Amino acid sequence: MRISRRILAGLATASLAVTATSCGGGGTSGSFDDTVTVGILHSLSGTMAISESTLVDTEKMAIEEINAAGGVKVGGKSYKIEYIVEDGASDWPTFAEKSKKLIDQDGVPVVFGGWTSASRKAMLPVYESKDAFLYYPIQYEAQECSNNIFYTGATPNQQSEPATDFMYKRSPAAGGDFFLVGSDYVFPRTSNTITKAQVKQLGGKVVGEDYLPLGNTEVAPIISKIKKALPEGGIIINTLNGDQNVAFFKQIQDAGITPSSGYYVMNYSIAEEEISTIGPEFLEGHYGAWNYMMSIDTPASKKFAKSFKKRWGADRVVADPQESAYNMVYLWKQAVEDAGTFDDNAVREALVGQKFDAPQGPVEVMPNHHLSQTVRIGEINAEGGFTILEETGVVLPQAWNQKHPSSKGFACDWTDPSKGEKYKL
Amino acid sequence: MELLLDSLFNGIAIGSVLLVAALGLAIVFGLMGVINLAHGELMMLGAYTTYVTQLIFKLPILKPFYNSYIIVSIFLAFIVSGVVGILLEKTIIRKLYGSPLETLLATWGVSLILQQFVRSVPLAYGTGLVISLIIGLFLPASFPSKIKESINFKYFKFSSWIFAALTGVLTGSLISSSVSKLSRASARNVDVTAPSWMRGQVEIIGTAFPKTRLMIIIITLISVIAITLFLNQSAWGMRIRAVTQNRQMSDCLGISTEKVDIITFGIGSGLAGVAGVAVSLLGSVGPNVGGNYIVGCFMVVVLGGVGNLLGTVLASFGIGIMTDLIGAGRLLSIWPDMPLPLSNTINFFATTSMARVMIFALIVIFLQFKPTGLFPQKGRMVEN
Repeated sequence: MRISRRILAGLATASLAVTATSCGGGGTSGSFDDTVTVGILHSLSGTMAISESTLVDTEKMAIEEINAAGGVKVGGKSYKIEYIVEDGASDWPTFAEKSKKLIDQDGVPVVFGGWTSASRKAMLPVYESKDAFLYYPIQYEAQECSNNIFYTGATPNQQSEPATDFMYKRSPAAGGDFFLVGSDYVFPRTSNTITKAQVKQLGGKVVGEDYLPLGNTEVAPIISKIKKALPEGGIIINTLNGDQNVAFFKQIQDAGITPSSGYYVMNYSIAEEEISTIGPEFLEGHYGAWNYMMSIDTPASKKFAKSFKKRWGADRVVADPQESAYNMVYLWKQAVEDAGTFDDNAVREALVGQKFDAPQGPVEVMPNHHLSQTVRIGEINAEGGFTILEETGVVLPQAWNQKHPSSKGFACDWTDPSKGEKYKL
Repeated sequence: MELLLDSLFNGIAIGSVLLVAALGLAIVFGLMGVINLAHGELMMLGAYTTYVTQLIFKLPILKPFYNSYIIVSIFLAFIVSGVVGILLEKTIIRKLYGSPLETLLATWGVSLILQQFVRSVPLAYGTGLVISLIIGLFLPASFPSKIKESINFKYFKFSSWIFAALTGVLTGSLISSSVSKLSRASARNVDVTAPSWMRGQVEIIGTAFPKTRLMIIIITLISVIAITLFLNQSAWGMRIRAVTQNRQMSDCLGISTEKVDIITFGIGSGLAGVAGVAVSLLGSVGPNVGGNYIVGCFMVVVLGGVGNLLGTVLASFGIGIMTDLIGAGRLLSIWPDMPLPLSNTINFFATTSMARVMIFALIVIFLQFKPTGLFPQKGRMVEN
C-alpha cells in the first residue's frame, strides 16, 4: 500500500514536471509585462497528422522566435505569446468543435489552423458566427473569401496558372497535349477546371482527365488511358493527394512513362517533405510549382531552413506550407502591434497592407485577405530538392479565379464596405 | 491483337492483386465462416515485413544478397502474418465461433489495435515481439513427444516463453541499434523499393509489360497453385475440407478440429501476409494500407461464392478485366464508330471513380439473381 502511494506521488510529480516544461515556450518570463495566449489547431492524430504536425512545429518555432525578440509590443507593454495546441484529429467536425472551444473557453484572439479545404469549410461558419479570426496556411483552390479567415497559401493563379503556362510554353514538352490526374475531391476538380480553361486559352489541348477515389491505389486503368491519349509523350498535371502519389509514380515509371520518354509531370501537392517519402528516384526530372522552395538561395530562406533544423532536428526539411505558417504568425504580430490592441476588428483592419520579408521574398496582405507572393517553378533533382528554373515577380492573389467559369469577373475586397466578399469587377 | 493482349494483361494484373488479397480471406471466411475484418491489417503486417526485410538486407553483411530480399520477404511475411493470425485465433476468435456479429466487432477492434501498433511502436521492437511470438508458439511444439507427455511439460513451456521473450528483446534492440530507421516509432508511410532487376519493363510479343506487375501475377499464381495442392492432396488439406463440410462428424471421427481451425486460420492469415508483399510493390506502406483492400476482398469472395476457391479466382479476374474495360474506356477503341448515346455513356463511366460505381452496381445486380455467388456451395452444411 505504502509503496503504491509512493509510486503514485512520484507519477504525479513527474506529470507535473512534464506539463511545466511543455508550457514554457522558451524565453525568459521575467522580462514581459503580460502574456497573450493564441490557439494552434491542426491534426495531431489520424491521416493528416504527418503533414499537419510540421505546421505545428513551424508555428511554435515562429512564436519562440518572437518571444526571444521581446514578444508582442502593444500600447507600451510587452506581451509574451503562449499557445494552446488543439488536435483536430483529421476529422472535420472536430475542427469546428475545437475552434468553438478555443474561442469561447480559452478566449484566444487568433487561431492558426487547418490544412484540408474540408477542415476549413467546417470551421468557417464558426468563425463567421462568432466574428473570430482564423489564419489558414495552405495553398488551396480559392473560390472563397471570408472576412473571418486570412489565407496565406497560394491561390490557383499563384501556383497552377504560372505552372501550366510554363509547361505549355517553355518546358521540354512545350506545345504538347495535357492529361490531368487527381484525387477525387474538391481541390483537384476545381484546379483542373481552371487548368482546362487556361489550356484552351493558350491554344493547347486537354486529351483526358481522371480522378482516383481517395484511398484507391490501382493506377493501371489510368496508365493505359495516358498511354492511349499521349502515345508520344506529353504533359501530365498531377493533383493526387498524399500516398496516392507513391502508387502513381512507382507504377508510371514501371510502365515507361518517364521524362526520358517524353512524359513530364507537373505536381501541385509534392513538396520537399513528399519527395523524401516517395523517393527522388521516382520523381527526378518532373516538376513542381510553389511559392517557397528550400533551395531558394537567399539569406532569409537559408536562415529559415537552418533555424528549423536547429530546433527540430538536422534531418527535417522545410517546405511551402511551413513557410506560409511561419509568415502568418509574424504577420499577425505586426498587425497587432500596428493596431495597438488584440481586438479582432482592429487587427483585421491593420492586417491589410502589412508587409513582411518572408523566406520566399517580400509578401504583402491584400484587401481580399490573401497574400501577394512570388511563384517558382522547379525541377525535382536527385538530391530530393528542387532546382529552381523560373521565378515570377510578385503575383497578386485572386480569391475568385478569373479563368473558372463560375467566378470570372468577380473579386473580393474587405477594405471597402460596399464591395465585400464578392463583387463584379 | 496488341490492344486485346494489352487489355487482357491489364485485367489480369488488376485481378491478380485482388486475388492475392482475397485468397486468404477466401479460406478464413469461405471455409471457416469467420468474418475477419482484421484481414487487411494482416496484409499490412506483410507489407511492413517487406519493408523491414529490405532495410535489414541493406546492412553490410547482407548487402551482397540485397537483390533477393523480395523473395525472402515473401516467406517471412507468410510466417509473420500467419503467427499473428494464429495468436488471434487462439485468443479471440476461438471463443466466438458461431457468433458472427461478435466476431465482426472483435476483429474490427483487432484491426484498430494493429493499426495503432505500427504507428506507435518502433518497428525494430515490433519485429522483436513477432520473433518472440514465433519462438514461443513453435518451440514447445518441437520438443520430443517424451517431454511433451511428461507432467513437467508446463515448466518447459513456461521456460521456452521466457527464452522467446529474451530473444525477442535482444533481436529488437540489435535491429534498433543497427538500423536507425527502425528505431523510432513513426506514423509516416514508408516505401518499399523493388530491387533493380524488378523495375522497368519486359517485352513479350511486341508489347511492353511492367515487371512488378508480372511479379505480382507470378506470386498470385504460385499461391493459388500451392493452396489448391495443399487442400486437395495433403492429409491436413483433407481434414480441413472434412471439417468445413461437417464439423461434428469430423470431430466424431477423431479429427482434432481445434488443430484444423488453427492451421486453417494460420494459412489464411499467412496468405494475407504474402498479399502484403505484393501490395507493397505497387504503392506506399502505411497503417491504412489494409483498409483500402478489405472491401474489395469481401466483394470478391462473396461474388465467387463463399467456400469455393475457383469462384474466388474467376471473380477476381472477372472484376479485373471489367475494371480495365470500363475504367480505361476500352470498348470505344474496340468499336470506334458506335452510336453516339452509347459512346457518351461509356465515356461517362470511363473514369476510375465511375468504373468502381459501375462494377459495384453490376455485382449488386448479379447477386440479385444469384445470391450465393458464381459457385454456390451445395450439400448438407448449407441447409443448416
